[in-house]
Amino acid sequence: MSTLTIGKALNEGLRKALENDPKVLIMGEDVGKLGGVFRITDGLQKDFGEQRIIDTPLAESGIVGTAVGLAIRGYRPVCEIQFDGFVYPAYDQIVSQVAKMHYRSRGKLRLPIVIRIPFGGGIGAVEHHSESPEAYFAHTAGLKVVACANPADAFWMMQQAIASDDPVIFFEPKRRYWEKGEVDTSTSLSDAYPLFASKVVRQGTDATVVAYGPMVRTALDAATAAAEEGRELEVIDLRSLSPLDLDPVYASVRRTGRLVVVHEAARSGGLGGEVAARVTEACFYSLEAPVLRVTGFDIPYPAARVEEEFLPDLDRVLDAVDRSFGW
Amino acid sequence: MSKGDGARLPATDSPTSAAADPEFVQLLTPTGERVKHPEYDVDFTDEEFRGLYRDLVIVRKLDAEATALQRQGELGIWASLLGQEAAQVGSGRALRPQDMAFPTYREHGVLFCRGIDPIMPLGLFRGVDQGGWDPNQYKFNMYTIVIGAQTLHATGYAMGITMDGKVGGDDGEAVIAYFGDGATSQGDVNEAFVWASVFHAPLVFFCQNNQYAISEPLERQTRVPLYKRADGFGFHGIRVDGNDVLACYAVTRKALDDARHGQGPTLIEAYTYRMGAHTTSDDPTRYRIAAEVEEWKGKDPIKRLRAYLEREEIADDAFFGSVEDEAAREAVSLRERVLAMPDPQPLDMFDHVYPGGSPEVDQQRAEFGRYLESFAGAEGHR
Repeated sequence: MSTLTIGKALNEGLRKALENDPKVLIMGEDVGKLGGVFRITDGLQKDFGEQRIIDTPLAESGIVGTAVGLAIRGYRPVCEIQFDGFVYPAYDQIVSQVAKMHYRSRGKLRLPIVIRIPFGGGIGAVEHHSESPEAYFAHTAGLKVVACANPADAFWMMQQAIASDDPVIFFEPKRRYWEKGEVDTSTSLSDAYPLFASKVVRQGTDATVVAYGPMVRTALDAATAAAEEGRELEVIDLRSLSPLDLDPVYASVRRTGRLVVVHEAARSGGLGGEVAARVTEACFYSLEAPVLRVTGFDIPYPAARVEEEFLPDLDRVLDAVDRSFGW
Repeated sequence: MSKGDGARLPATDSPTSAAADPEFVQLLTPTGERVKHPEYDVDFTDEEFRGLYRDLVIVRKLDAEATALQRQGELGIWASLLGQEAAQVGSGRALRPQDMAFPTYREHGVLFCRGIDPIMPLGLFRGVDQGGWDPNQYKFNMYTIVIGAQTLHATGYAMGITMDGKVGGDDGEAVIAYFGDGATSQGDVNEAFVWASVFHAPLVFFCQNNQYAISEPLERQTRVPLYKRADGFGFHGIRVDGNDVLACYAVTRKALDDARHGQGPTLIEAYTYRMGAHTTSDDPTRYRIAAEVEEWKGKDPIKRLRAYLEREEIADDAFFGSVEDEAAREAVSLRERVLAMPDPQPLDMFDHVYPGGSPEVDQQRAEFGRYLESFAGAEGHR
């Protein structure tokens, strides 16, 4: 067992993948000598060289577009997009090319590309550095979309995503990069918890809370606070946003009858709506209250000095739980 | 790796022409000697020379104050222009009142030269707003953080000038688009070059080549001098000593006047150096050596102008002292006003999403207002 931050666990996961497969490459802005602006690739260029840890020209469409070509050539590129709000120049390549190549080739071509995106707010940044664009990608057939929430998942999910033959958009909870946890790095990748699966991270009997990425910590904190008031919340980390693995959610809701979905992204068109629709279809007669969403508002991400009001927090989660019980 | 391995990339340490000793337009050497150029010159009065010096000193002082404010936690982040004062003051002073500027997030010096209160962009860096000014009022657009995006906006604006018949003649309008060396790799910037050329836009592309895109040196963006890129797009490119305020002024004034007279776009590469970090979040000691920074200290834009003013007896110690005093007062004023900036109210964030408002946003504002009121009288959030 090692105690690692999420950031360091991602770094170690990337290192393992580079060691295990000479075809794995890392590409992005400032990923080399600097080790990335969040130091997720720290030390990798020193150990694996400039041929494999590639500081790219400053052009996101170029990063992803050339990764497509490298993948066709047999490489496994891991692209870093420096911040969530900078992915859009690459959006065309991701949606029109990365997502569709396998389908277009009738399954003859696989694009084992991972696109890493630090996402979400809470770091006091200026515009374009705090966004949650996951729904754009989860809405696109052909892409798989995951979000890690703790160091162990960061370590294993990164390796699994790289090993996957699907293109994977890998969201990293940037404001949680410095949170620590235990990681057992000695087991093998094949024994790791499946990549495209959700996970119950706290058991409870009274209401279910679903979250992913940075909001898992918020949901767990809310569950701790609720327990002090005698209410046991079950918390489920979605982990995979496309495909959604909702069987554990259905099982939970059938026991609790209540569901709150939490994400930082704006409410309208967000993943909360998809979860709510599917749970309503699957668990209609078990629900004691409508599925409630705690999300960012339908506004552009606001200025840093008001972001704590924008972001769902423990109080807003508990408020939603209260509303569910008051229905 | 075996011969012919498709993954082999060119080594990064090979010499490139982009990094070679630059040929550029220079009117004032690092030691403050005036030099002649066959095409470019300035004809400033003594008062105008002193005015340029004052601009450079105040812009640097305000920048240092903003960096200090960030270090003290009063700004969330700051993008320092240290070292790039001449490029910004020279080009900023070359603008005529009717001209429009499209900045990145580092053009504090250009903003100052437009006669704009330097407090205006500080709300963005403090995190109380995201700009909030009217570009048409100030002839200075909002700071653009996404790299290179503003070059297309500048091109479209310039096309509008042509459509409005506002080119040709001394009262014609022109546009200047600022960007850096890193931005030249972006698709948007290359598309802006294509559009500006095809539509013969009255536009000056002003690239401050400060040698680094965060950690990545110029060689990671180009193998030819950046100004030569213009040739391939069909317009004129020129390189200027970006630490020489006189040359930056002369070259930019000429390019802007060409544009306003219907001569089309120009790419200016101002060859300079980012003396500080990319932003206050960055640590440049991880990717560049101290000797390089020291070398560029010898090319300081302010020192060379001062040396010239002293040698030519255009300014005396009393003047230099008064400029220092004025800069210090401006810095104190900036600090006081930053500290006095009110924080936004939570419900303010729902404003201005749409010009005509939105029922959905209104509903969320009302819900959130009721939610916040539910804490009234309590001790606040748990």
